[in-house]
Amino acid sequence: MNTEVTLAGVTFKNPVMTASGTFGSGMEYSEFVDLNKLGAVVTKGVANVPWPGNPTPRVAEVYGGMLNAIGLQNPGIDVFMKRDIPFLKQYDTRIIVNVCGKSVEDYLDVVERLGEEAAVAMLEINVSCPNVKEGAIAFGQKADALFNITKEIKKHAKQPVIMKLSPNVTDITEMAKAAEAAGADALSLINTITGMKIDIHRRRFALANKTGGMSGPAIKPVAVRMVYQAAHAVKIPIIGMGGIATAEDAIEFLLAGASAVSIGAMNFVNPYATSEVVDGIEAYMKQYNIEKLTDLIGAVQE
Amino acid sequence: MKEKCTAVVISQVQLAPGIYDMWLETKLAGSAVPGQFIGVYTKDKSRLLPRPISICEVREDKKALRIVYRVAGAGTEEFAGYKAGDAVEVLGTLGNGFPLEEAEGKKVFLMGGGIGVPPILELAKRMNAEKQIIMGYRDSQTFLREDFEKYGKVYIATEDGSVGTRGNVMHAIAENALEADVIFACGPMPMLRAIKTYAAEHGIKAYISLEEHMACGVGACLGCVVKTKEKDHHSHVNNARICTDGPVFEAGEVEI
Repeated sequence: MNTEVTLAGVTFKNPVMTASGTFGSGMEYSEFVDLNKLGAVVTKGVANVPWPGNPTPRVAEVYGGMLNAIGLQNPGIDVFMKRDIPFLKQYDTRIIVNVCGKSVEDYLDVVERLGEEAAVAMLEINVSCPNVKEGAIAFGQKADALFNITKEIKKHAKQPVIMKLSPNVTDITEMAKAAEAAGADALSLINTITGMKIDIHRRRFALANKTGGMSGPAIKPVAVRMVYQAAHAVKIPIIGMGGIATAEDAIEFLLAGASAVSIGAMNFVNPYATSEVVDGIEAYMKQYNIEKLTDLIGAVQE
Repeated sequence: MKEKCTAVVISQVQLAPGIYDMWLETKLAGSAVPGQFIGVYTKDKSRLLPRPISICEVREDKKALRIVYRVAGAGTEEFAGYKAGDAVEVLGTLGNGFPLEEAEGKKVFLMGGGIGVPPILELAKRMNAEKQIIMGYRDSQTFLREDFEKYGKVYIATEDGSVGTRGNVMHAIAENALEADVIFACGPMPMLRAIKTYAAEHGIKAYISLEEHMACGVGACLGCVVKTKEKDHHSHVNNARICTDGPVFEAGEVEI
């Protein structure tokens, strides 16, 4: 059985990754999961300087999911290079670094620093975080802005570039095509869906930021649909995510056209989720006599 | 070592309106120390996140934990219905305990307010010090009072004045002219702020246990942060994670 997948020339032992922002740099979950088992660890977003993030409350539970408005708290690229990269290098898993910024220059700063580090397999560009006021999603909700920043990053990046798309757009295919046209090597989707929760007893917003990004099993059908649409609009590979809890969920994304999958909010619910999805995909391949995992990609029939 | 595992309910009783007392047989008890908490999962899968609940007591043989919690929503309402023999998924043990060594041989205030009372019990049990236990409640429902009387002199404050000092725990300190070398406390934010001010005025340390809305409970999501005086070691932005850097902090270290 062969579970390998190749995205933009980078081979992964299996298609199971961690969704940015839900797994830190792997340290916290290494107590629960053998990181060597994962296709890749996708890190929490890192900026050129430390970001303090938003006021609390930053998280709230909703039916079948959760809202977060962390605001991309991160230690900045200096600490990240000194601490997080050496930690991840101890493991036999690919490292994908999620990059965030408030301006094009911020992104380029980080992209250039990461270019010095051969252990970083790919860059994932966060142009879709709904929880920061400047930058981030401003680059990810208009096709021309997305095209421009992708093009700029591609000029400077040493590693293949994944553009992480927002679902908070009218037409996901338009965004996918813009990123592809600008030279993106891969896409990841979906980031969280903007939501809101109100505490009726206190008559206040549940989150200090008022709005937050919704994730968890409740958003999965939206994510599967968007992955399917994007996969039919572009030729570059797609990393699918949004509410994946089990191997069955992951296989749905693969059949819809994703070449790899990420587990996000469900890490918080089941800290063993990533490892269980790896095992479950293998069990499914055995059950249906599937020799190569790549045979599943986009294999949904009409 | 943290893990998610299945615990079994040994017993559950209601202590006061909305306050429940549950003993759980779980291997998490093996390493539990006072001040730590566990995440308790609901069976209703529409509610995903573990509920952070403080450890009230650890059984002598280290095979069971006691949690005393308030029904605050649908999740804890579900827990309140559990009976002996029910299985429940738990995550733990989470966070760091109170620094017991800071109390060794000293005169101590052990302070709890409302649902902040329970985590002080195991602390009182293990502490080797001159213990003055000061508990604040809304009214005459002074849950866990008898448990505390085994471990030190207990002073009660109630908002409605029905038991002990009328007012809060700070009023009880003043009314009884109490003094201490160090404070250990858990309770609502106004109480913790008052303790922080009191400790600063008296030049003593206060170890306070904080709470915040949490998602992962293990330090990954960065949901439950508190502003800190110094740069935190994780993000270097003066935001410590309550779940993993706390929940116990020295009051002078946090901006509350």
